[in-house]
Amino acid sequence: MDMIRDYFAMGGYASFVWPAFGLSAVVVVALLVVSLRNLRLSEAALAELRHVTLLSEEETHP
Amino acid sequence: MHRFANPTRFVALVRAVQPWAAGIALVTLAAGLWFSLIASPADYQQGETVRIMYVHVPAAWMAMFCYSSMAGASAVTLVWRHAVAHVVARATAPIGASFTFLALATGSLWGKPMWGTWWVWDARLTSVLILLFLYLGYMAIENAFDDRARGSRAAAILAIVGAVNVPIIKFSVDWWNTLHQPASVVRLDGPAIHPSMLTPLVLMAVGYTALYLWILALRVRADINMSKVRALTLRGA
Repeated sequence: MDMIRDYFAMGGYASFVWPAFGLSAVVVVALLVVSLRNLRLSEAALAELRHVTLLSEEETHP
Repeated sequence: MHRFANPTRFVALVRAVQPWAAGIALVTLAAGLWFSLIASPADYQQGETVRIMYVHVPAAWMAMFCYSSMAGASAVTLVWRHAVAHVVARATAPIGASFTFLALATGSLWGKPMWGTWWVWDARLTSVLILLFLYLGYMAIENAFDDRARGSRAAAILAIVGAVNVPIIKFSVDWWNTLHQPASVVRLDGPAIHPSMLTPLVLMAVGYTALYLWILALRVRADINMSKVRALTLRGA
């Protein structure tokens, strides 16, 4: 138990070491999530538009 | 290189690279974190704060690497008018800005216990802050014009002019007096760092690079999709 507490205390520098790693993780994961979401949204927008374009072309050239 | 100026061929390349980048990023970052936080020693001078190095230094390297890529891609855009080069530059900007922010923030968290201050206006810190503003300026200009082509051109010119800052950052610790320590890994006489600390540093650096390529792939594909959406909308209107 003491070993675990010592580990997380980081020799008294816990309030500097853990925020540095935590902030890095938060920023990187947020960037990844936003980029993944934008890709999904762009794919959906493109699929919908292609569908609409296809329908309207069928209407004009039956 | 001109072969990949074709968007379809370029997207095929990006799709092929993406899973490899993702896999390498996840594996090396997991191993890197294990070595950074558990399987590496505390420094004899800096104690446990030395672990901040493993997220600070790779972020700072990526800040400069992303900027160099963005400036290089911008030069290709202006010289050869390759649309995909501009897509790469545009997709790189927010990733580089994030790494630059992380380099500054983790550096601050390291500076407080070791230097006794969160921030000093010395050459290294100031030039990296300017790098962050260059990224933000690039993104602002890119989106500021109604005419997208003009915005892209202006942003590309800013990226190229701002590239002068990259060597200034690299050599700032040699040219000016500073609290920041000089290079200890990339130097002519070989790394001045013990292997037990070099291992996590290299793993995290490879992980960050793979992460950049992974996120870049996602953003490039989204960007090309959206330009197709704009083209189709224009045709429909």
